[in-house]
Amino acid sequence: MKLTRILASLILALTLFFVSCGPKDNDIKASVENLIQKENNMTGITATVNDGVVTLSGECENEADKAKCTELAQSVKGVKSVTNNCTVMAMPVQVSPDDALRQGVMDATKDHPGVSATVNGGVVTLTGNISRNKLPMLMQSINGLQPKQVLNQLTIK
Amino acid sequence: MSLQEKYKQLIDAATTSGMNVREQDNVLYINGEATNGATKDNLWNIYGQIDPDFRASDVVMDVNVNDTMAGSKVKVNTDKTNLNIRKGPGTDQPIVGKAAKDEMVTLISKTNDQWWLVRTDAGEEGYAYAEYLES
Repeated sequence: MKLTRILASLILALTLFFVSCGPKDNDIKASVENLIQKENNMTGITATVNDGVVTLSGECENEADKAKCTELAQSVKGVKSVTNNCTVMAMPVQVSPDDALRQGVMDATKDHPGVSATVNGGVVTLTGNISRNKLPMLMQSINGLQPKQVLNQLTIK
Repeated sequence: MSLQEKYKQLIDAATTSGMNVREQDNVLYINGEATNGATKDNLWNIYGQIDPDFRASDVVMDVNVNDTMAGSKVKVNTDKTNLNIRKGPGTDQPIVGKAAKDEMVTLISKTNDQWWLVRTDAGEEGYAYAEYLES
């Protein structure tokens, strides 16, 4: 009976303890997360708060978004400091479809009669001959077509 | 050596110039809009110093120069020959006019990075390969 009473008061004390210091950090957490979620494309960012010190984690689309998260978190009342551990998403590289690449390499190689080009799965393979002074221009044209990769097997003269 | 180490100088210069730099499947992708031709030339020069033959197949760099606006005059910078002006954007399109080397033509619009719609002072209008046009 005595033990039960001690346990009960202990639980009460613990509850009071957590209630007294917990909500503040929890409030901050909710405010920070809500504020960030209101911004476009910024869902999935979570905040952990420990005594007013905010740590952000999640994925941001770019560096600017990440910086904005820090700014937003700092603007919340009661925040002492912000550590932003968000990673910046790597957007998949845009690769032109093969048909567009084929048209593109045909145009780009037209004035380089010794050069042949094939396209397969976004990869442009260059074969044949080219003079060294013309190589940069050809490479710039081919690279500008948004290929996945350029395999240069040209003999450079 | 990782791509990041091998191309550090290029990556630093590209980032400073506001380019996007990403690595995917062991290829380094650099792209973006440069404010002038010198920026593009500088990046290609650095790339050329690291890989003079552009042989390693581990970089795709697409730098567009964004200093020419519709309505402005651009110069034909072919080696020696005339620049073909075509009915549509592609070398399979019929030739509707020619512009001489060093001739100034009017840029009407940029159809894409490769083909620009231009008009000569003689009134010929059509598509020319953008690589041969400079501001």
